[in-house]
Amino acid sequence: MRTILFLLEKEFRQIFRNRSIMLLVLVMPVIQLLLLPLAANYEVRNVNIAIIDNDHSSYSRKLITGITASGYFRLTGYLFSYKGAMSLIEKDQADLLLEIPRGFERNLVREGRQQLFVAVNAINGTKANLGGVYLGTVIKAANDDIRLDLAPQQAGAPPAIDTVTANWYNPLLNYRVYMVPGILAILVTMIGGFLTALNIVKEKEAGTIEQINVTPIKKHHFILGKLIPFWVLGNVVFTLGLIVSRLIYGIVPQGSILLLYGFIWIYLLAVLGFGLLVSTFCDTQQQAMFIMFFFIMIFVLMGGLFTSTDSMPEWAQVASRFNPVTYLIEVMRMVILKGSGLKDIAGRMGVLTLFAIVLNGLAIFNYRKTS
Amino acid sequence: MEAVRTTHLKKTYHGKTAVDEVSLTIEQGELFGLIGPDGAGKTSIFRMLTTLLLPDGGAAAVDGLDVVKDYRQIRKRVGYMPGKFSLYPDLSVEENLNFFATVFNTTVAANYTLIKDIYVQLEPFKKRRAGKLSGGMKQKLALCCALIHKPTVLFLDEPTTGVDPVSRKEFWEMLQQLKAQHITILVSTPYMDEASLCDKVALIQQGKILSVDTPAAIVASYPQPLYAARANEMHQLLKALQQSADVRSSYGFGEFAHVSFKDTDIDIASFETILAKKGLTDIEIRPTPVTIEDCFIERLNSQA
Repeated sequence: MRTILFLLEKEFRQIFRNRSIMLLVLVMPVIQLLLLPLAANYEVRNVNIAIIDNDHSSYSRKLITGITASGYFRLTGYLFSYKGAMSLIEKDQADLLLEIPRGFERNLVREGRQQLFVAVNAINGTKANLGGVYLGTVIKAANDDIRLDLAPQQAGAPPAIDTVTANWYNPLLNYRVYMVPGILAILVTMIGGFLTALNIVKEKEAGTIEQINVTPIKKHHFILGKLIPFWVLGNVVFTLGLIVSRLIYGIVPQGSILLLYGFIWIYLLAVLGFGLLVSTFCDTQQQAMFIMFFFIMIFVLMGGLFTSTDSMPEWAQVASRFNPVTYLIEVMRMVILKGSGLKDIAGRMGVLTLFAIVLNGLAIFNYRKTS
Repeated sequence: MEAVRTTHLKKTYHGKTAVDEVSLTIEQGELFGLIGPDGAGKTSIFRMLTTLLLPDGGAAAVDGLDVVKDYRQIRKRVGYMPGKFSLYPDLSVEENLNFFATVFNTTVAANYTLIKDIYVQLEPFKKRRAGKLSGGMKQKLALCCALIHKPTVLFLDEPTTGVDPVSRKEFWEMLQQLKAQHITILVSTPYMDEASLCDKVALIQQGKILSVDTPAAIVASYPQPLYAARANEMHQLLKALQQSADVRSSYGFGEFAHVSFKDTDIDIASFETILAKKGLTDIEIRPTPVTIEDCFIERLNSQA
């Protein structure tokens, strides 16, 4: 037991002396949490639209006013031929084309129906998709206005189903509320995993591990001496992150803070175990860095931060069950946004405990003092 | 009981034999030198004896404890100083020393007498980070750290490689002092001149022990009188010596050529005239004391 204390004393001394690690732990989370949620935004604004108006009627003008007034679109071209509009798309000056056919108003009034043509530049999938949807909404609103114009005297409007959606847990569909807990999860993972892996490999590179290996220090002492400091640092990063998301984004965890910490404590053990395991396979910090990067990329992109795991193909969904980051992102969103309790996350806690035991077990097994 | 004993110790790396059936016995309190060129297998032997490497064959015991079975016990009582500086460069001199004392469950104060003579030289720099010390100071600190738990056997792997001549001399003086404290020391070095400072040396080449004896006995066992030769054209001289039928062995040795003859009673003066006929001038051939290096070359030649 005394040995562990000495090891910890040494480890903390080295960490506090290493200014770049201190900066990494204290400044990086704050900056990333300030930058990323502001920049990474799903809301699409400023969709460039080019309109080909072949009708020049009051209805077509009404439609165009509706589109430009919606705030989502920027009218970059008002043209008279499809060809001219297409060249705008080719020059990347337009994302959407709306063609209003000749006789739009006349046909609408006379026949009660008319078609519009919309062409979408789908290179930027999200922008095209959402732009198309927005345009549909704006046109539908314009359509309703026209109907009201044409048929005020009819007794009772034609039957129509209208949907009203209430957004629970994030009523304003604020994108940041959704992203901040996820980004915090990634930060904790990165700092915990990378620092542990690099630290042990650094001892290998410097040869200090040789010197440790000829001492009576036991294997589990050494590993605990490495785990505990980075576990503490992980908690520091997490706490900083919670403070930032509260002060800057006003995100107050709905659920119990203690529960969140409880989950993070287990999660950190799993991630640190992973870092340890990687370090036992590597001889240089460069190797460790690239291997960690490889896994963290997969963990992050398949962990449901940007794209929901539910919409992934089945094999990816199965794979994401072996990804600790998936669990953390889920639980963070559940507890912070929804106020889930212990009962709701107990299963995930169990899985992570298993991860922690297996990963650390493998790391201890694979860390050989004698080759 | 011997401090170190190996019997037919063997280590292979990917089918290449690094240590080949090495049998050594080192008595307690001995200053034992393992002398051989780079790649001879010295470090592999050290790593097996300090339980960092598992032997592929044979057995080894340190203080009567088996290096495979009793590795935990061995780690408590040996001191090891690897060839490469491997203390924490971001900890200070003092902190390194304290750390290694505590992991061996002791304190610096408890064994201060052992390191006192070395540590006084480090004391002015005790707040300095180990990574910022000069090469010689690093060696001294590493020696202190290897000694701080009062080991019974001290393993020093090439402690003087890359160290300036003055520090090398100081280092060997420190080893003599430690010997006086009854610590068994096994030291490896590629420098032949350091061999004579040991109680006993083993000459090692390509994983094989060529001979084990006291430096004096090794030197005495040299079979022939040895001569040092010099002439105006050293390159010509060496060539002439190699071609001569009378010469048993010849090789360059510093500014001289060392020569031994097939006929131990050869007339040096007449040999000189033979050389003079080949156009060499200023020829000088005189008897010279045998060094360990001569013995090493002799063993290599007789093996080949």
